[in-house]
Amino acid sequence: MNLVKSETRPKSLLYLDGVSVSFDGFKALNSLSFVVEPGELRAIIGPNGAGKTTMMDIITGKTRPDSGQVVFEDMIDLTRKDEADIAQLGIGRKFQKPTVFESHTVWDNLELALNRKRGVFATLFYRLSGEDRDRIEEILATIRLTHRRDDLAASLSHGQKQWLEIGMLLAQEPKLLLVDEPVAGMTDAETAETAILLKEIAKSRSVVVVEHDMGFIRDLGVKVTCLAEGSVLAEGSIDFVSNDPKVIENYLGR
Amino acid sequence: MLIRFITLVLFLLSIATSSLAQSDPKALIDQLGKADFKQAEELIGQIAATGDPRVVPALNAFAEGDLYARKSDGAVFITKAAGADFTLIDPLSGESAGEAPKGSMVKLRINNNLRRVIRSATGGLTLLSPDRAVRLQAADAVLRSPSAENLELVEAALSKETDGEVRARMQEARAVSILISERPVDQKRAAIETVASLGGRGAISILMSAAPSLDAALKPDVDAAIARIETTQAFWDMGQNVWYGLSLGSVLLLAAIGLAITFGVMGIINMAHGEMVMLGAYSTYVVQEVIRTSAPNLFDWSLAIALPVAFLVTAAVGLVIERGVIRFLYGRPLETLLATWGVSLILQQLVRSIFGPTNQEVGNPSWMSGAFQLGQMQITWNRLWIVAFSLSIFIGLLVLMKRSAFGLQMRAVTQNRRMASSMGIRTPWVDAFTFALGSGIAGIAGVALSQIDNVSPNLGQSYIIDSFMVVVFGGVGNLWGTLVGALSLGVLNKFLEPWTGAVLGKILVLVLIILFIQKRPRGLFALKGRAVEA
Amino acid sequence: MITSFVLRALEGRIVMAVAVLAAVALAVPASNLLLSPDSALHVPTYAVSLMGKYLCYALLALALDLVWGYCGILSLGHGAFFALGGYAMGMYLMRQIGSRGVYGNPVLPDFMVFLNWKELPWFWHGFDMFWFAMLMVLLVPGLLAFVFGWFAFRSRVNGVYLSIITQAMTYALMLAFFRNDMGFGGNNGLTDYKDILGFSVQADGTRAVLFALSALMLALCLVLASAITRSKFGKVLVGVRDAESRVRFLGFRVENIKLFTFVVSAMMAGIAGALFVPQVGIINPGEFAPANSIEVVVWTAVGGRGTLIGPIIGAVLVNGGKSFFTGAFPELWLYALGALFIGVTLFLPKGIVGTVQSGLAARRAMKAAARAEASGNDDRAPSQVQAAE
Repeated sequence: MNLVKSETRPKSLLYLDGVSVSFDGFKALNSLSFVVEPGELRAIIGPNGAGKTTMMDIITGKTRPDSGQVVFEDMIDLTRKDEADIAQLGIGRKFQKPTVFESHTVWDNLELALNRKRGVFATLFYRLSGEDRDRIEEILATIRLTHRRDDLAASLSHGQKQWLEIGMLLAQEPKLLLVDEPVAGMTDAETAETAILLKEIAKSRSVVVVEHDMGFIRDLGVKVTCLAEGSVLAEGSIDFVSNDPKVIENYLGR
Repeated sequence: MLIRFITLVLFLLSIATSSLAQSDPKALIDQLGKADFKQAEELIGQIAATGDPRVVPALNAFAEGDLYARKSDGAVFITKAAGADFTLIDPLSGESAGEAPKGSMVKLRINNNLRRVIRSATGGLTLLSPDRAVRLQAADAVLRSPSAENLELVEAALSKETDGEVRARMQEARAVSILISERPVDQKRAAIETVASLGGRGAISILMSAAPSLDAALKPDVDAAIARIETTQAFWDMGQNVWYGLSLGSVLLLAAIGLAITFGVMGIINMAHGEMVMLGAYSTYVVQEVIRTSAPNLFDWSLAIALPVAFLVTAAVGLVIERGVIRFLYGRPLETLLATWGVSLILQQLVRSIFGPTNQEVGNPSWMSGAFQLGQMQITWNRLWIVAFSLSIFIGLLVLMKRSAFGLQMRAVTQNRRMASSMGIRTPWVDAFTFALGSGIAGIAGVALSQIDNVSPNLGQSYIIDSFMVVVFGGVGNLWGTLVGALSLGVLNKFLEPWTGAVLGKILVLVLIILFIQKRPRGLFALKGRAVEA
Repeated sequence: MITSFVLRALEGRIVMAVAVLAAVALAVPASNLLLSPDSALHVPTYAVSLMGKYLCYALLALALDLVWGYCGILSLGHGAFFALGGYAMGMYLMRQIGSRGVYGNPVLPDFMVFLNWKELPWFWHGFDMFWFAMLMVLLVPGLLAFVFGWFAFRSRVNGVYLSIITQAMTYALMLAFFRNDMGFGGNNGLTDYKDILGFSVQADGTRAVLFALSALMLALCLVLASAITRSKFGKVLVGVRDAESRVRFLGFRVENIKLFTFVVSAMMAGIAGALFVPQVGIINPGEFAPANSIEVVVWTAVGGRGTLIGPIIGAVLVNGGKSFFTGAFPELWLYALGALFIGVTLFLPKGIVGTVQSGLAARRAMKAAARAEASGNDDRAPSQVQAAE
């Protein structure tokens, strides 16, 4: 039985099937099905209220679905786990509004995010090892913040906070990265640089990006899923999706 | 001329009474002065047998210990203390018979047995009174202390009685008397039914005390009757508990409803909320003081006058607090909590400095005092008014929120401040007036609470935790939640009380709420969805 | 591992504070016991007890700061942990009275004899032993905090909701302890102590030692708090305060972090209560009053939450002010306290120490910027300055 199942289902990193959830009668997700393969970079678009953020809430354990399956790496049922478990399994999440620890330095933000033991006593008696130091330096370079390593995160610009948050997710060493509107409020130069950064990251892991900025998605040049009213409207290349009449009607507008 | 006329009338009267009586009641009463307990009991029987209603005051005075005999001639009088002397009252006519020094009188000794005898004797006597109220009272007296001797008198009275209510009461009195008489079994069985239909604890004790002397054949009837009464009694007890609970719940509702606006709708933690209630109560006090000194005949209107005064005073204070402190702290709820706590300390001390630390006397208008009986339940008017009052405030507020333009603006601002402001709503003023409204309602609540609680500077402190519990339990941002929360907490409290006592009951309720909030952090009527997180 | 944990705690300011506390712990008792009462430097015994009381309050404020200042949990019920620690100590002291009570019962405290109780309730057993009582000083508040926090933090009761239910908790405890049949002396609480470990509680020497112990215990807890807050755990703690969901999505168990901190803080509060009771000579249910717990919050706020020295300074200043006001202008104290609550939240949200610190930091940053501009390398300047630290 198990064998049959694993044959009928493609080998996936993340597998959502028939997920529904409603708030006070409003159906936020309506039988949503969606697969992310290992090493894939995927973009998700859709109008406001299409259920993009709710989908992320469900994957990361913040919201429980009313029905449907959410499976990670073909075996782990995510609907039974909470945020901390899911994060430790290797799913990282970037919020829509950049959320970093403003009263910590950039360095401390990354140190906290580092994928090490996270128990009370492990953290109480933690000492920064040389290995960890190198890893943080490496991430600082990746997110282009080496020169601001000892500044408080509160003093960073909006775009830099977005990068710091992405850096924290890298430090977490996730297998799957969920990124919610990473370029909202960024300058064009920052946006272009973010696209490069994400593509770099996606070399070693799967990334799901939710974005409104069509230009940015075109820059990414990856498979696109369009959501509307809680379910998948169309899926494919950016050109395919943006020519789909349903997508035009629901989202892009004529 | 006049004096002669009066003596003539008196003479005629005395002839008339003596022709009615088998014996002279005056002489019998005088004999009481020399009788021991046993003789007195017989004498009372004879006095009652005269059937003369005029002897009732004398017998009552005897029971009260106000009957004295004059040492010089043994004449018996009803007395009233007047300094070192007694005012003497003729036992039959009730007219004054001069004064006598206390030393010249000797008190007629009385014991509980005699009192009982007197009670049943007078009960029987007045059953025939032409005054309906007296007859009703007499039937009640028999009902309370029945005796077999009175039975025939009751039946005689019953045969002449035409008034429905009095008749019913006499029927009951007769049934009670039958139970302890020598009547045949079937009459007693009928009597048991009648007593059972009376209901109440009194009926149970009548049946219980009569049971040992009854025929064995009647025992099942008695048991069944007692069981039936107990069932109804349990029902009424439950009703009484629910009523007490609703009454406590409406007090909680009053205390919490202003908070439902400031905390529930605006999200402001106003720790000075209790002080708004306190200020409302003090406004009532001041209004009553002014009325007492300048227009005492308006006293029954004092609460009606105090309502707008309290609303305006506390709303004004609320406005000052919002403009002066709270508006700088929006979005920082914990800081708001601390600052408003500071405000509450200042207000308390202010009231203490002005009015003193002691309780102030706030009077109940006449329409709020007293009580009435509903079945087996006693309902006091002030509680009933407070329940009605708190419900009407709730409904008024609901209408204001849902139907008025101000309510619409208020909801708009709480749901989306930026959008509301760009639609041309002056959000700062909406904030200020919403807070003033919440405070004003707390003030109105204070007017009502001044009627049932001590008006002191600490009044507010005793409500603040309860009010927060109600709002949090009911679900923040939901007026209906506050209503259901207040009433159910009130009822829960009153149902726990008989088991646990008042203090432990309150502690248990607090613990239950704490546990409940852990289970449902957003209260009974929670808003769900993403909006909540924002 | 442990040594690095402790060494990290000993940052400049903390070392200084510990030194000051140690000096006070020596100097005040010495001046009380050794100098003649006529000397200008003599500290009278009542003042020793008064200052000892302030130190206990300071420890309580430090405990609150750990949860509020660093973890963002505004507990309005810390007075409950303080009072529970105090009651544990009070029960020991009551058992020490023995047959010297008014009724002369060798086992039962006076109030139990008065209530016609025949034997000691089960929860009074063991309190005749000092070690047991001291264990309870830690365990009882710790256990209450654990149970309460276990439920509250798992179900993610947050912010003002948490504040309100902590307040309800201490309120419920107050009502409970007011009851005679709880077995804690009801209204009157526990008082009329005779001696502690064989020394009379009235004696100057005992009071001096208690004072010194309070100062040392405060220093010890200060070092512990510093060690906690300067570890990675402490950084996570601040993360929980500033962006709880970020911490969660990084894979930390926020409920465990909060629970640990809450329990440690409750135990500190318990120690403070236990030191408080023999110095003031009484513990009664009034200590559970919600108003007391809120007052602790204002001490912490005045001194500066999120700084460890701040709450200590705040507690001493506000209580010093309270002693002064209630002596000189009793009418005015509540006005002053009320104004303090409002003033601090509106005008001094960081508290005294916090404001001074950020003032110093701003000056340092300005100087650094000026220096960087002079050297013409503005991009890398901040990191160089900070790295030198």
